[in-house]
Amino acid sequence: MKVRAKEKDGVVSIKVLMNHVMESGRRKDKKSGELIPAHFIKTVTITANGKDVLTADWTGSISKNPYLACKYKGAKGDKVKVSWVDNKDKTAEKDVVVK
Amino acid sequence: MKRRSFVKGTLSASVAGLAVGAGLIPASLLAEDKKAEEAAAASKDAEATKDAEAKPAGHATSFDSTIVDSAEKSDKIKLKAPDVAENGAVVPVTVDASGLEGVTKIQIIATNNPDAIAGTFNLAEGTVAFASTRIKMGKTGPVIALVTVGDKSFKAQKDVKVTIGGCGG
Repeated sequence: MKVRAKEKDGVVSIKVLMNHVMESGRRKDKKSGELIPAHFIKTVTITANGKDVLTADWTGSISKNPYLACKYKGAKGDKVKVSWVDNKDKTAEKDVVVK
Repeated sequence: MKRRSFVKGTLSASVAGLAVGAGLIPASLLAEDKKAEEAAAASKDAEATKDAEAKPAGHATSFDSTIVDSAEKSDKIKLKAPDVAENGAVVPVTVDASGLEGVTKIQIIATNNPDAIAGTFNLAEGTVAFASTRIKMGKTGPVIALVTVGDKSFKAQKDVKVTIGGCGG
């Protein structure tokens, strides 16, 4: 997972790139013809200095290796934490300091 | 002379016989075709009713368009999406509703997708009403940004043409 957070005029923009297959559970394996089981990120949580910024609830309609961008009113030096949980309860998280 | 008339007679008889045969065969075939058609139509009807019965249970994630229909159109929501998506698996969508005050939720909806609501972004206080991501689109259709302010909803819509599907198949 890659996270970038940059402050400009009192607004911090966060850009996140996640690595995930994002299988919707509706795609079929081309060789065996069997459905590929669903495997996608369900929830993304972004906090700054421990305070909630954004929680996103996703479905399999989000592209694989998802990209997410958001903005909040903040300052340089804020500690931004991005984490996600998928439908198989796998998690990942990353901390960055706002530049 | 006799022989000739005899030959002629048999010939015409056989020709007539053939004609009758030719006339009869299609007639009987037609009758059978009609029967088959009727049977096909009947079974189709049966299938259709079966589908209609099966739908409510099987489509738990099916999209309830009433939420969108009841939402008010707003030009303060800026929805950025391509006119033509060459690859339906990656359609960049950006919603900027910073013109509205007190936005708590942004939803990105592709109405033709099996999972119509692609993403719901719950915004905390101090978060700018802005969200950008990339969605999959199975086929051409509208992308709707549904923005919730308190107990009111606003929407913006854009039609995206998809040339290659991104939702399996």
